[in-house]
Amino acid sequence: MSLYVLVRGHNDPGGGFIGGLLAAGGVLFYAIARGAESARAALRLSPIQYCGLGVGLALVSGLPALLDPSKEYLTHLWWFPDVGFKLPIGTALVFDAGVYLTVVGTITAIFLSLVEERTV
Amino acid sequence: MLVVSRLPGRAVALVAAAIAFVMLTLGASLAPYVSGGGVVSEPFWGAASLGISGGLRLDGLSLVFVLLITGIGTLIFLYAHAYLKGDPRLGRLVVILVAFMTAMVGAITADDVIVLFVFWELTSLTSFFLVGFDHEKLKARKAALQALLITGGGGLALLAGLVLISIAAGTTSLSGILAAREAVLADPLAMPAMLLVILGCFTKSAQVPFHFWLPAAMAAPTPVSAYLHSATMVKLGVYLLARLNPLYQDVELWQHLLTLFGAATAVTGAVLALRETDLKLVLAYTTVTALGTLVMLIGIAPEQSITAAVTFLIVHALYKAALFMVAGIVDHETGSRDAASLGGLARAMPLTAAVAVLAALSMAGLPPFVGFVAKELIYEAKLELGATANVLLAVSFVVNAATVAIACVLSFRLFYGARKPTPDVPHDPSPAMLVGPLVLATLGLFVGLMPDVLGRSIIDPAVGAILGAPADIRLKLWHGFNVVLMLSAATISVGVVIYLAWARIVPRLRAVSWVDAFSPSRAYEHGLESLLLFAGKTTRLIQHGSLSGYIRTLFVVTALAVLATLAVRSGFAWPEGGLAVDVRALVVVLLAAGAIATMVARTALAAVLALGLVGFSAALLFMVFGAPDVAFTQFAVETLMVAILATALVRLPIRGADLRDRRRKAGDLVVAGFCGVAVVAVLAAVVAAPFDARLSTWFGAESVPSAHGRNVVNVILVDFRALDTLGEITVLAIAAFAVAALLRRVVGARKPASEIET
Repeated sequence: MSLYVLVRGHNDPGGGFIGGLLAAGGVLFYAIARGAESARAALRLSPIQYCGLGVGLALVSGLPALLDPSKEYLTHLWWFPDVGFKLPIGTALVFDAGVYLTVVGTITAIFLSLVEERTV
Repeated sequence: MLVVSRLPGRAVALVAAAIAFVMLTLGASLAPYVSGGGVVSEPFWGAASLGISGGLRLDGLSLVFVLLITGIGTLIFLYAHAYLKGDPRLGRLVVILVAFMTAMVGAITADDVIVLFVFWELTSLTSFFLVGFDHEKLKARKAALQALLITGGGGLALLAGLVLISIAAGTTSLSGILAAREAVLADPLAMPAMLLVILGCFTKSAQVPFHFWLPAAMAAPTPVSAYLHSATMVKLGVYLLARLNPLYQDVELWQHLLTLFGAATAVTGAVLALRETDLKLVLAYTTVTALGTLVMLIGIAPEQSITAAVTFLIVHALYKAALFMVAGIVDHETGSRDAASLGGLARAMPLTAAVAVLAALSMAGLPPFVGFVAKELIYEAKLELGATANVLLAVSFVVNAATVAIACVLSFRLFYGARKPTPDVPHDPSPAMLVGPLVLATLGLFVGLMPDVLGRSIIDPAVGAILGAPADIRLKLWHGFNVVLMLSAATISVGVVIYLAWARIVPRLRAVSWVDAFSPSRAYEHGLESLLLFAGKTTRLIQHGSLSGYIRTLFVVTALAVLATLAVRSGFAWPEGGLAVDVRALVVVLLAAGAIATMVARTALAAVLALGLVGFSAALLFMVFGAPDVAFTQFAVETLMVAILATALVRLPIRGADLRDRRRKAGDLVVAGFCGVAVVAVLAAVVAAPFDARLSTWFGAESVPSAHGRNVVNVILVDFRALDTLGEITVLAIAAFAVAALLRRVVGARKPASEIET
């Protein structure tokens, strides 16, 4: 569901922050129910790694703009490939995905450190 | 630099010596051109956007210094090679010394005040590392810090002064400033600027009352003392005073200040030198004396005294560096530095003795050494001033006599007379250690024999640069029988008398203890201690460790700031027509209920849940007023917050119940109420102001066409203001790190405590 909210964000209420919060909420309740260790295992990467991935993704999403000398860093680019209807694909989604991952990572890192003895 | 330090330590110093020698030859090759009156000028590293013009400049004055710095530098590196042989730290010392030498040359050749300042501070910084070289010794660390604080503090004053001057002149270029003399002097802040610059120079060149860092800096290894604290770094202040002389030489205040402080410093140095028996301390105080003399001579200003100043500068560098190196040799070979307990070393160390005598004779000002030439010049300069300057003449006389006495101590007493026992068996050191002082001392002799060579080639252009007008200097060894010769003879006689009584004078002077009790050095220590005490007290006051205290302070200050701003800007306002009661606003009732519940809750857990209610009500409010994204976010955040807080309460050692007593509660109530009032006031003021819809309409209009998105909020976050969002998520990531790191401590620490409790 959180992924749906993420993708929906550009045109309807939603977006990276909210999607991330919902995802983190999911992890949280999973941890309450099954314990922190299983939650960490389910995540596969450590929370801080999610943070790093998220910020990195956001940074990278701005780079394609630099290929065009007239545009500044973080100008989002769009393509509309025709798959029956015009499918909007753009770097904005990548950026939002970065936001999403960072939010998930932050909240999970904080929460999981609280819930158990092992941190980070 | 890194490559060099990896070479076997023994080679490092030789490499550095080679570097210095190369620089020396470079300077020497430029000498003929500069002597002819030319000025070598190179535009170099300017930063026009910062208003810095940059540039290198080599004129007569700079040439003198460059030759001294690189020449003595070469010899010092050779000396250090032998002095610290086998010491694993030699590499580090050499690297820092080379950095220092570069910084010195940079400062001397800079044609831009900002560049000069940067190099000035670099010399202070490298000096800090060099004085604190034996960093395991407390004395060395304290001395290094002291030197840094004093010269650094002076450096700040210098920067202020230089900036003021360059603003007045309209340029940061030194040549430009000197050319814009009238503009600089006419500026209303001209006097403060001058005073600030003088202050900077005085701290660097150890003038009274800032002289005390120099003797303390003797904690540095001897090669460092010989290089920095006698021949080069301390002369940097003198250099700048000389450099700016064309600007200020007719200003009375300048003349008076320099003359006064210079004379005071010279006397202080001389007297204090007679209280010491440690060779290095004696040399340090006589350096203070020399610096005082130089400043005094610059202050006096007519051509004679400037000539005397430049000559004395060179002479002093030559003999002082030589004597410092000799002191180092004596220390190295005999294991002692105490002049009172050393004697008769000439038989064991004949070469060293010879060198020491040569240098000492120059210091005492005997013909045919160049020291004699310098002393004569000084007396001549004073006499030229006429009767009013008799005080200065007397000062010079006393100072010079004391210098003679000390010169005798450093040569005759150390090396001749009865042989006294020493910790180590003395012998002449290796050639590398001797070559330095030998070269310098013999230079003193040869130049003395043919002073005009030096005079025409080096001193003449330097004096020209200082006076701002071409000069014609003729140096002679023999001026004929005149008053000056009488004075010199008298000085030497008195000096010898003092020397003979030296052993009795020292303890007598030492016994005058009020000098120590009231010295600037004490003042400095006292000041530093008080500063640290004050810092401790204020920190304890603000960082008291009580979390609720911090929060209280935060809230009160925020509320105060808001209300104060509104009051000052007359921003208090109430929306016209009062507050419209909208049916949708009834959600506020729910919010209020939650807030009240938070207050009256008995346990922390209950309070958290009630707080959650407040949050949810806020979310409802957003939704009802048409902000779905914000509402969505708020709902999610609220859920998470309640869950996290609840978990935290279980895991962390926070007591459940509210333990505050009545008084505390009342106080907190007031604070809370205060905050509430502030928030209401500011919101009312905002609502009362007419709504400027420009941004909203623009975003609304642009959202679809340029950013292909209908959700304006999201589009703003992700596209229009993406850079801000990038910053926000970086902060999130950092916060995650911080919290995880902090929690590791708390959770880890809790376990043992809970085990003990059972």
